[in-house]
Amino acid sequence: MSITRDEVAHLARLARIALSDAELDHLAPQLDQIITAVAQVQEVAAEGIPPTSHATGLTNVFRDDVPVPCLTPDAALDQAPAVEQQRFKVPRILGEE
Amino acid sequence: MDLTRLTAAELSAALAAGEVSATEVTRAHLDRIAAVDGRVRAFLHVAADSALAQAADIDERRRAGEVLAPLAGVPVAVKDLFTTIGMPTTCGSRILEGWHPPYDATITRRLKRAGAVILGKTNMDEFAMGSSTENSAYGPSRNPWDLDRVPGGSSGGSSAAIAAYEAPLAIGTDTGGSIRQPAAVCGIVGVKPTYGGSSRYGVVAFASSLDTPGPLARTVLDAALLHEAISGHDPCDSTSIDAPVPPVVAAAREADVSGMRIGVVTELSGDGYQPGVLSRFAEAVELLESLGAKVTEVSCPHFRYALPAYYLIAPSECSSNLARFDAMRYGLRVGDDGTRDAEEVMALTREQGFGAEVKRRVILGTYALSSGYYDAYYGKAQQVRTLIIRDFDAAFGQVDVLVSPSTPTTAFPVGERVDDPLAMYVADLCTIPSDLAGNAAISVPCGLAPEDGLPVGLQVMAPVLADDRMYRVAAATEAAFTDRWGHPLLAQAKGLPS
Repeated sequence: MSITRDEVAHLARLARIALSDAELDHLAPQLDQIITAVAQVQEVAAEGIPPTSHATGLTNVFRDDVPVPCLTPDAALDQAPAVEQQRFKVPRILGEE
Repeated sequence: MDLTRLTAAELSAALAAGEVSATEVTRAHLDRIAAVDGRVRAFLHVAADSALAQAADIDERRRAGEVLAPLAGVPVAVKDLFTTIGMPTTCGSRILEGWHPPYDATITRRLKRAGAVILGKTNMDEFAMGSSTENSAYGPSRNPWDLDRVPGGSSGGSSAAIAAYEAPLAIGTDTGGSIRQPAAVCGIVGVKPTYGGSSRYGVVAFASSLDTPGPLARTVLDAALLHEAISGHDPCDSTSIDAPVPPVVAAAREADVSGMRIGVVTELSGDGYQPGVLSRFAEAVELLESLGAKVTEVSCPHFRYALPAYYLIAPSECSSNLARFDAMRYGLRVGDDGTRDAEEVMALTREQGFGAEVKRRVILGTYALSSGYYDAYYGKAQQVRTLIIRDFDAAFGQVDVLVSPSTPTTAFPVGERVDDPLAMYVADLCTIPSDLAGNAAISVPCGLAPEDGLPVGLQVMAPVLADDRMYRVAAATEAAFTDRWGHPLLAQAKGLPS
C-alpha cells in the first residue's frame, strides 16, 4: 500500500476538493495503483543528474515595460459569479472570532 | 464538387482563383456538421453566425482586390481550451460551463489574422487530461471509422471533426500526445511542434512546461500550412522561442527523404504493442528505406521511464495550474448561500465542477509535490526528464529523425478503459518522450491494422526547431503510401455516410 484512504482525504482537503466518502472509496485504491506505477522512476540511477523543469533552457525573459490598454471593469467583472459595487463579491474569508 | 472533401491547400487555391467563395466553403462545412455531428459529437459549440460573418468579410476583401493569406476563407475547428471572444471556452469541464473569456488566445488571433474561418470549438478530455474524450463533462466524441470507438484524446473532437470531413483543419494541444494520438487513431495527420514554437497565451494551462499547441489535418501539407499560420514568437508567452519558424511548408512540398538518416527507436516496440500496429510500422520503415533513407536502429534506454516520469510531472504542474479554479472571479460557484466561507465554497465547487480524472491528477500532483515526497517523486521525475533529453541528444547525433509507432494500439472501444486509469495512460506511451524533451514530432497515417481494420500512425520525431525535417519524412511517407493504395487512407473510413 503506497497511499492510504486517510492520506488521500488529507490531500483532497489540501487541494480544496470536498470528496464524498463514496468518491474516496473509489479514488483511493486507484491512486494507490497509480503511485505504485509511477514510483518506477525511483529505479533509475540518477545520482548527480541535474533536474529539468523546462526543456527550452530559457531563464529570465524580459520585455519593455510598455503600458497597453487593459480590460475595462465591466469586461473584467462580466463573468463573475457575483458582483457588488464594481467588485467581485466573494463568500466570507474570515471566521467569526 | 463536394467542398468538404477538398484539402485546405485545394480550398486555398480554389478560393484564390475565385472558383468558390469563402461563404460557400463555410456553408458546406456547416451543413456537414449539421448532418453528422449528432453522431460524431466533435463540436461543443458551433459558431455558425460568426463563421459566416467572417467568410463574408473574406469574400468582400477578396472582391476588393486585397491580397489575402493562404488560409483566408479556409475553415478551422478549435479545441475548446483556446480562449475565444464571443464563444464559450469550457475545456470540457463543468467548472467552466458557459464561460465566455474576455480575450482571444494568440493562436485564435493569428487564425483570425490569417482569415481562417473558425467553425466552432471542439470536444476534449477535461482540461486536456485523457486519451479518449471520455473525460469530457459533455460526453465522448466518436471515431468516424467506427462510431463505437474513441477518437483518441485529448484533442479527440478536433481529430474526429477532420476525419468526418466537418473541417479540413483543426487546432489541438499536445501535452503527452494529445494531438498525435487522436490523429493516429483517426487516420489523419497531427503535429506537436517544438515546445515554445507555438504560443500558449490564452491556452488554458494543464502542464505549462509541456503544453504545445499544434495542427491537425488530413494531409501533411495542410498541417504545414496551419503550422506556419499559428507559429512564431509571441511576447505574451515568456516560454515562446524567439527564432524563425522552421520552413515546414517547403519541407512538406519537397517530400524527399533520399540520403536521410532515420533511426528506429528500439524501446518503442515489443510487449504491449498490437501486432497489426507493429506490422504496419515495419512496412512504413521498409517504405522509407525504398525511398532512399538510411535506416538504423537506435536505443534510447530511458524512454521506458518516460511514462512514469510524465505522470509525476504533468499532475504536479496541473495541481498548481488548476488552483486558479477557485469559484471567486469566474466559472462555477457552488454552495454560496451565506452560511459557508470561501474555502468551503471552493471545495464544494471543485468537487462538483471537476471530473474524476482531474481530481485524480490534482491529488496525485499534490502528493508528488508535498514535502517528504518531493525528492522521491517530482525531483526524481525531473532527473529522468534530463536523462530522456540526453537520450534524444545522443540519438540525434547519429540520425536525422527518429521513428516509432504513434500509439501502441488502434482506437479502443468507448467505455473500455474509462475507469482503468493506468490502461488509459498507456495510450501515450510513444508520444510522451517528445513532450518531456520539447522536440518536434508528427503522426502520419501508415495503413490499417489487419486484425481490426483501424488506422495506424507512424510517428516521426525531429530535434528542437528542426520541425521541417519531420514534415519532409511524413510527406514522403504520405505520397508513397497514397500512391501504393491508390487513394488517401481516409477514403476507407466506413463509419459515416459519405
